[in-house]
Amino acid sequence: MLLYVVSAVYVSYLAVKGGLGVALWNALFWIILLFAAFNALSRSFQREDQGRQLYLHTLVHPRSVVMARTLYNAFTMVVLSLLSLLFYALFLGTAVLEGADLGQFLVAVVLGAIGFATVLTLIAAIAARAGNGLGLMAILGFPLVLPMLLAVMRASKLSLDGVAWSVTSTYFGGLLLLDVITVTLAWLLFPYLWRD
Amino acid sequence: MKHWWWKFMAVVLLLIASIAGLRVPLSPALVHVSPSRIMPGEVMIDVTGYNTRFADGMRTYLVNDNQYVCPMRVDVMDATHARIVAEVPAGMRASMTDIVVQGMTYPGAFFTESLGEGIESGSCAPTPPKLDLTGLGFTFPNRSILYESIRNLFFHVPMWFTMIALMGIAFWQSIKVLGNTDLERDRAARSAVQVGLLFCGLGLVTGAVWARATWGAFWTNDVKLNGAAVTALIYLAYLVLRGSIPDLYKRARLAAIYNIFAFVLLVLFLFVVPRLNEIDSLHPGNGGNSGFNDLDLDNRLRIVFYPAVAGWVLLGIWMVDLRTRTARLIEQMDR
Repeated sequence: MLLYVVSAVYVSYLAVKGGLGVALWNALFWIILLFAAFNALSRSFQREDQGRQLYLHTLVHPRSVVMARTLYNAFTMVVLSLLSLLFYALFLGTAVLEGADLGQFLVAVVLGAIGFATVLTLIAAIAARAGNGLGLMAILGFPLVLPMLLAVMRASKLSLDGVAWSVTSTYFGGLLLLDVITVTLAWLLFPYLWRD
Repeated sequence: MKHWWWKFMAVVLLLIASIAGLRVPLSPALVHVSPSRIMPGEVMIDVTGYNTRFADGMRTYLVNDNQYVCPMRVDVMDATHARIVAEVPAGMRASMTDIVVQGMTYPGAFFTESLGEGIESGSCAPTPPKLDLTGLGFTFPNRSILYESIRNLFFHVPMWFTMIALMGIAFWQSIKVLGNTDLERDRAARSAVQVGLLFCGLGLVTGAVWARATWGAFWTNDVKLNGAAVTALIYLAYLVLRGSIPDLYKRARLAAIYNIFAFVLLVLFLFVVPRLNEIDSLHPGNGGNSGFNDLDLDNRLRIVFYPAVAGWVLLGIWMVDLRTRTARLIEQMDR
């Protein structure tokens, strides 16, 4: 997965060559992260065959499974996004980060990564149950993460411009609320998904 | 009568809203004044009105910072065209001069040159401006930029109300499907989504036409337009998901789960995210644009707007009902 991100970053480095403005730098980063998220999370339910699912079903409650998956995916996404930020900054330059509020930007990255993970975990589960892999996941997931992507891009753009916490905190609050609601929905709905 | 009174009501409400919405005239207003710049000396001003009834002896004057310039002569060509000849004095105070004809004001009509300390106010000055509406009866507000397109309010806006209502019905039916996998409720949810998508499409089309007429482009990068596009994508994805699962009961359950998840997120996006960056929207009520409430004499619009909303929503529910029933019949015939 990390290899995927690194190659994407390297390709964009080769493609861009010159310097990037703040807006483009930000947009490109989030697009790379978005596709990385789709790739990483689509596999979270794919590797399970019928037998293994039944085995899990006898051991634990489905809610424990979905919570574990969400936590694991969120953790993966946070690590992945921070690492890709590192490589991204390495290849595409840190010029835009000079005027930025780095703390805010990191909060935006972490919240965005967690948001992608929570939304896409349930979508991955639905796609896997429908017996159709990455294609269906992209169709189902994309419109649902799009508004989140817009909000998080705007928040990170603002933090790159170095505005005050009081401005960005509404975005962060909104994203946090979104994460909480998504996790609650997954908690409520997942048991129905597993029933056969 | 017991079961179809609301369908009857939908038809009546829609007829009222459509006829009133298209037939009621706009209130008279000045739409064009030339030239756009005046300087001291004699000027000839051509005034064009809309739905006006210019007549000889009508009261006309220029206003500059509460000082009045009276015309020397007013030639009325016809009910909507007049030529006003006035002697403009030097030394007016404000850089913009308004013109008032028959109580109708065209604000900021002229850039004014040779400003000064003020002038002696003319004697034609004003009885409080009063619009002569006799014989016109009920009219809609005539706003610059909007003009006749204000009637689209009764078509464009109810489309979105209806879409949200139908998606809400689909959401409710999906919750019921999870309780016990009831194929009838699954059919109802699917029909509601399909009809809701139809209304989404109509809302986009009417909105695009309206945007072209008022903002100058069919599509703008606006929070509400993004919301509409996301909504369309979500529910198209819902239909794709349904299409990819052959088993009836599994399809009902998975589609219901996706629908519940999507609807909750969608409501959050449509009603919370626009609040975050409302400056971006050109829509009324956002980013300092005037909303419905400060349209002058908005009650004239409301009298038609509320029946239109109720009529469209009821029509949408009726369409969902019909679609559900045909879907059921088709499935029975296939069996």
